[in-house]
Amino acid sequence: MLKGFNRLFALLATSVLSLPSLAQEERDAERWGVNMTQGVTEVSQTTYELHMLIFWICVGIGVVVFGVMFYSMWRHRKSKGYKAAQFHESTAVELVWTIVPTLILIGMAVPATKTLYDIYDTKEADLDIMITGYQWKWKYDYLGSDVSFFSNLATPRSQIDNQQPKNANYLLEVDEPLVVPVGQKIRFLITANDVIHAWWVPDLAVKKDAIPGFINESWTRIDEPGIYRGQCAELCGKDHGFMPVVVKAVPQQEYDSWLAGRAAEAAKLRELTEKTFTFDELFARGEKVYNRTCAACHQPNGQGVPGTFPAIAGSAVATGPLDGHMNMVVNGSQVNPAMQAFGAQMSEVDLAAVITYQRNAFGNDMGDTVQPVDILNFKNKQ
Amino acid sequence: MAHGPQPGFKRWLYTTNHKDIGSMYLWFSFAMFLLGGCMALVIRAELFEPGLQIVQPEFFNQMTTMHGLIMVFGAVMPAFVGLANWMIPMMIGAPDMALPRMNNWSFWILPFAFAMLASTLFMEGGAPNFGWTFYAPLSTEYAPPSVTFFIFSIHIMGASSIMGAINIIATILNMRAPGMTLMKMPLFVWTWLITAYLLIAVMPVLAGVVTMMLMDIHFGTSFFSAAGGGDPVLFQHVFWFFGHPEVYIMILPAFGIVSAIIPTFARKPLFGYSSMVYATASIAFLSFIVWAHHMFTVGMPIAGELFFMYATMLIAVPTGVKVFNWISTMFRGSMTFETPMLFSVAFVILFTLGGFSGLMLAIAPADFQYHDTYFVVAHFHYVLVPGAIFSITAGVYYWLPKWTGNMYNETMGKVHFWLAFIGLNVTFFPMHFVGLAGMPRRIPDYALQFADFNQIASMGAFLFGAAQIVFLFNVVRTVRGGRKASDEVWDNPQGLEWTVPSPAPYHTFSTPPAVR
Repeated sequence: MLKGFNRLFALLATSVLSLPSLAQEERDAERWGVNMTQGVTEVSQTTYELHMLIFWICVGIGVVVFGVMFYSMWRHRKSKGYKAAQFHESTAVELVWTIVPTLILIGMAVPATKTLYDIYDTKEADLDIMITGYQWKWKYDYLGSDVSFFSNLATPRSQIDNQQPKNANYLLEVDEPLVVPVGQKIRFLITANDVIHAWWVPDLAVKKDAIPGFINESWTRIDEPGIYRGQCAELCGKDHGFMPVVVKAVPQQEYDSWLAGRAAEAAKLRELTEKTFTFDELFARGEKVYNRTCAACHQPNGQGVPGTFPAIAGSAVATGPLDGHMNMVVNGSQVNPAMQAFGAQMSEVDLAAVITYQRNAFGNDMGDTVQPVDILNFKNKQ
Repeated sequence: MAHGPQPGFKRWLYTTNHKDIGSMYLWFSFAMFLLGGCMALVIRAELFEPGLQIVQPEFFNQMTTMHGLIMVFGAVMPAFVGLANWMIPMMIGAPDMALPRMNNWSFWILPFAFAMLASTLFMEGGAPNFGWTFYAPLSTEYAPPSVTFFIFSIHIMGASSIMGAINIIATILNMRAPGMTLMKMPLFVWTWLITAYLLIAVMPVLAGVVTMMLMDIHFGTSFFSAAGGGDPVLFQHVFWFFGHPEVYIMILPAFGIVSAIIPTFARKPLFGYSSMVYATASIAFLSFIVWAHHMFTVGMPIAGELFFMYATMLIAVPTGVKVFNWISTMFRGSMTFETPMLFSVAFVILFTLGGFSGLMLAIAPADFQYHDTYFVVAHFHYVLVPGAIFSITAGVYYWLPKWTGNMYNETMGKVHFWLAFIGLNVTFFPMHFVGLAGMPRRIPDYALQFADFNQIASMGAFLFGAAQIVFLFNVVRTVRGGRKASDEVWDNPQGLEWTVPSPAPYHTFSTPPAVR
């Protein structure tokens, strides 16, 4: 019924307003969306049904209440010569309009309570994933395996700044999605590293605050393979609008081989720590790391934002002693909490690469290289 | 000098007259309304299309924060205090407020508080950018340096509100004319009496929470920092213990205004006076036990979720009683639709719509999908704009002839109404849709499927803004002259304020009137 209503409304709205289309790719199915998604899990389906139940109850009450009101405004006008009655106070009427709404509310509370118990039942999960919110990215740890990675916004800056046409999944795409198997009960353990975030995927009907110092629990079981997109839902600073969530649900076998592949990669990365890189290798890798991790604050041109985020270009840290630079990146700033401790967030290889890059880009010309092993030694010294 | 205002600027600086102070509150709040409105227009202009066009995310966050703070503390609350100053003494037959010098002070500290708040926009690091709800640790460890000025200005606003509330309670309880028993007081007086108690109960809680922030930021405590053994969720509990009664502070006086206007233009007494009083008191009581419905997603135990869900749903009952009462008052009346009545009728309809979405939000499992989306933004703007702003506007049109002695221009009033009504709905109704479709609030840029409705909302916002220019023009014109209003102004309105001449003399009820 509501699908039909949606389509009718969309048709009316488009034909009446006929606004110029902003979307670069026509996505008519999603444009003019007016309702909550039914999602792809049992919980999201029940939530949707609950939402529609309350909605229709409200519509019903509205029709009665506004019906009386509009009738009265139409009929009982002075301009139509209607003489005012003088009735007031009636205990019977007052009782009716107190008791009837109370009964309706009880009717709503029963299914709501049932659904809530369902959502809170995080027992007996097949798979645990730890989700950590960072300014402004998500980290996923597959508990019980070696696999752990960050998931960053993949939409290029040039699209945000309107220099390039926008993708279909503008602002809802990441470099590495959360990959999960279908048909399994997945428990999410949700926390944050800095400020409060909220992890939200509408199709799963999972929204839970990620709070530093707390671990919240939530769960889902996805039936349909597919890609499901969401966003951070709690204001978390400058790039709150730019930390999407992408969940990729795949069949169990595909998940298993993906997980094995990621574990092998992690092992390989650890081996790379031993390797000595050339300056060009480090610089090239560092540029990628910089744009993924540092550019949100320090800007792609290294100039920072005056008064808020310091510049890298010509900075005392990036053009000063190497130890100070490593200390800043590995341990974070002592005065400005926006500069996080990246030591635990990145591999030694990436840390070495990005420090090398910062010391030799944006007009900085230190000419030195930092090897992964240097980072390892620095960390061990502490 | 004893019987008239001082000449020139000193009149306004030194005045202890409730009418002068009421006017200053109202003009101040209108100035803040325009300032906060301009910030809303910056937000809507940036959201006109996807991508960043006009402002950067840092500044966008400052705009959402300052818009909220200025509208709540600068526009809505002072406007209601202004109306209370003007009307409560005249409604209860008192010569002035009980504490006139404190009245002067509670007004005059406000411009300084807001000058300080606005000055943060020009500071290094920018203005507060953590939302009007300023959740820690974003507002403590991660805040711009200007947060300290924000805290101090909140303290001043709180002091002003508390003094205003004390004054209103003292006036109502001590200065009623003989025969004006509590259950004979106009509902505007009743709702303000209850509001004043809410203010005294919760403004110190707000002061407490910002002081804890101050300690965390400057004195090494860790109330809200998990790393130091504190609790970020504690902040939210304390904030919303203030915050939820606060939203009723912004709506209860509105109930009083509308309960005065609808009987006048329906030419029929209010249906259930005493049940309206009891409903107001119940809403005020319930407002203290529902705060955590703003926090359904923080991970409370299920018992907490259920308690706050049930308590929140209960609010629908007394609120329903109010709406049914207004409609029964209209029913079989002899209605005319002058501007104050138009705004009041729109109040009843649109506030009820906001109430419906409020009921939906009360359902905790569904709230997991609604929480922190534009559905919430639509909900609270439907409650606050038609609720607080429309009722204040209705009150101004209703009492303006009494204040100035001149009738406002009815045609212009109706033009204002229809522009505002259409603008409001075009702005906020589509927000329900984008919210349900998955658009989070407080984001400067959004995915492509939200583009169309956002564009419509932005156009509505500018229309709504333009409507306020008509209002300003109409009011200034009425203050300066116009058709003379009779003492009664309307068709047999009830209340002592209509027994004094129009314009109301500088001092009214120097001897108490007889109340039968």
